[in-house]
Amino acid sequence: MQKVLHITADKCTGCLQCEMACSFENYGTFATAKSRIKVFNFHHTGKKVPYTCTQCDEAWCLHACPVEAITLDKATGAKVVNEATCVGCKVCTIACPFGTINYVQETGKVQKCDLCGGDPACADACPTGAITFIDANWTGLGKMEQWADKLGNQPSAA
Amino acid sequence: MSWAGKILRVNLTAGTVKSEPLNMEWAQAYIGSRGLGTKYLVEEVDATVDPLSAENKIIWATGPLTGTMASTGGRYTVITKGPLTGAIACSNSGGYWGAEFKMAGWDMVIFEGKSVKPVYLYVNDDVAELRDAGHLWGKSVWETEEMIKKGLQDPLARVSSIGKAGENGVLFAAVVNDLHRAAGRSGVGAVMGSKNLKAIAVRGTKGVGNIKDPKAFMAATKAAKKVLADNGVTGTGLPAMGTQVLMSVINEVGGLPTRNHQDNQFEGAKDIGAEAMATPRKTDGKKHLVTNQACFGCTIACGRISKMDEGHFTIENKPQYRGANGGLEYEAAWALGAANGVNDLECLQYANLLCNEEGIDPISFGATVGAVMELYGMGVLTKEQIGIEAPFGSARALAFLAEETVNGRGFGKEIGQGSKRLTAKYGHPELSMSSKGQEFPAYDGRAIQGIGLAYATSNRGGCHLRGYTIASEILGIPVKTDPLESQGKPELVKAFQDATAAFDSSGLCIFTTFAWGLQDLSPQMQGACGEQYTIEELAKIGERIWNMEREFNNRAGFTKADDSLPARLTTAAEACKTGPAKGKFNELATMLPLYYEARGWDSEGRPTAETRERLSL
Repeated sequence: MQKVLHITADKCTGCLQCEMACSFENYGTFATAKSRIKVFNFHHTGKKVPYTCTQCDEAWCLHACPVEAITLDKATGAKVVNEATCVGCKVCTIACPFGTINYVQETGKVQKCDLCGGDPACADACPTGAITFIDANWTGLGKMEQWADKLGNQPSAA
Repeated sequence: MSWAGKILRVNLTAGTVKSEPLNMEWAQAYIGSRGLGTKYLVEEVDATVDPLSAENKIIWATGPLTGTMASTGGRYTVITKGPLTGAIACSNSGGYWGAEFKMAGWDMVIFEGKSVKPVYLYVNDDVAELRDAGHLWGKSVWETEEMIKKGLQDPLARVSSIGKAGENGVLFAAVVNDLHRAAGRSGVGAVMGSKNLKAIAVRGTKGVGNIKDPKAFMAATKAAKKVLADNGVTGTGLPAMGTQVLMSVINEVGGLPTRNHQDNQFEGAKDIGAEAMATPRKTDGKKHLVTNQACFGCTIACGRISKMDEGHFTIENKPQYRGANGGLEYEAAWALGAANGVNDLECLQYANLLCNEEGIDPISFGATVGAVMELYGMGVLTKEQIGIEAPFGSARALAFLAEETVNGRGFGKEIGQGSKRLTAKYGHPELSMSSKGQEFPAYDGRAIQGIGLAYATSNRGGCHLRGYTIASEILGIPVKTDPLESQGKPELVKAFQDATAAFDSSGLCIFTTFAWGLQDLSPQMQGACGEQYTIEELAKIGERIWNMEREFNNRAGFTKADDSLPARLTTAAEACKTGPAKGKFNELATMLPLYYEARGWDSEGRPTAETRERLSL
């Protein structure tokens, strides 16, 4: 079973535990600036929204890369940057429609979410369930269950 | 180790910015944030200086757990000698600024001297420089944040700043970051303004590393987060209802000071608490409360985000108050509401937004308005003097006085001096509901004995956050004590004060202590900083910090006589009128000597030689 990161923005409180977990996993420091998942705080509406790579099947970044530094991890479905191969040309950052692959000045390479090899630290750190790591075929299961509950568990009219 | 290991020293007179190593001996002994920043202040500043003079210093300090995955690890503290009280001032804020500053690679920044013209400090990782703030002077906190980010072309910068109130010397001016989070009390914003310092803008990309034992630290923070999640207050009550959950609880026990402490229960409490915020309005059918919000790293998320009724009289033609905004939190709802007898929730939120926008403390402001309304009722102050008819319960007077105060106009200038100076000027000092010149927050010291003692002995003046005995006396955390009973309270107050000083110094939020004790803080501190931070050591450090603050105040001229409460709280003639505490008044005279004894102080409230030695002071 392939799993994906699934975002339920309504549950996000803006605590940034996910950003710290991501940077700690990849850099060994708590540095939100280095995180591959970002939380956006729209203060005029009060909405907080985490956002990161959705691991497209036909990934624009992967196809755009001139040196084939981005490859598919068949076990997890993640598109993974091979740092040794990446030349820092940034073409992938232009190709990605979602902005979720980004250049890192300090290394001269790009970085993106790699699902932490199949156990994403952000989902583990999220205290509210706004970020979950679930069956790729059943991201709608939670919502379906809610509606099914509404449909089936109503008090009887009679 | 978790400390960044270096601090910034900014001389505003000379215009210099220098890096220096953190004094690690002090860091070990005082942890960080409140404790460590205060250690630097008391070593470098003569306790008798005028708080608003160039000789005073002002420090922004983070703790070793600030900017880490420890839950609530986003706090910073602003420390200075306070202009409202003349005592140590030490105000703590959440939001995101503290973590950003720590991630730039600094533990604290010390400002000394006074700039000849308005400046702001810009910190971009290792690079820190003073920049001209001429274009920002006269701007609100909200405008300043936006203008700085635009000017830097960096939407990710975090800003800690003052509004017009800090520039104008309002004695309870706050330092505000991230629009709605404030180092609110004791007038730290006025000290910032007196130095012509408008803001500190920070971008920190380096992060916090240097954790002593990363594996142990991560395990300890995870276990501690579970304790918060499983606790009824931190896991359910605070995220759902915020601190406003307290309004009905405190009113029911007869501990909600009302109309400048003339009453101890408010008939309008139901209109201004958590339930009112979550109920659709009659006017437009919408709820006041939009959602909750966390500060950096916080897994509780007690913050309130609300939208006002767009048709409310206070915000006609004022679009900046129409979107989602911070508030109301319990203390502000009480101070702006119950303390003045005002039950118009929308008006309270409007006044609260003005407090955030221009940077003032809603507790001291609201409580001072309460004194003004009482003086108006007595005929001592008139409509002509105040600028409006100001009886208790008048929402229009509250809104008007908030506008006048934050903008430094008319009678607002007098309110900006706080209740102690204002009531003294008009011949009724007994009407200032304050200790050491700082106004009491939202709990009645007559109905709740321990909190009265905590107010009288707080090192920063009247304050609930130095020893929140409400946890024990009302909520039963960690054990229930009788709020009407003074016996045992001196020891209880001391224990809360010491533990709080340790929590404040770590960089974590005191709200964790609804669920955590030092037994939960200790493993996190040990993982981050070293094995020596046992429960016993943390309690001892907390006590050391308390005594250090006390000795600064003693040197500043405070005596036993300042460990006091107004007669309204301590005499049978003005005892609680209604509810379970009817007939009660605070038994301070009985408790204070026992408190001094528990603290190891002499009969005048001075730490004895044995106490100083025991605490390595």
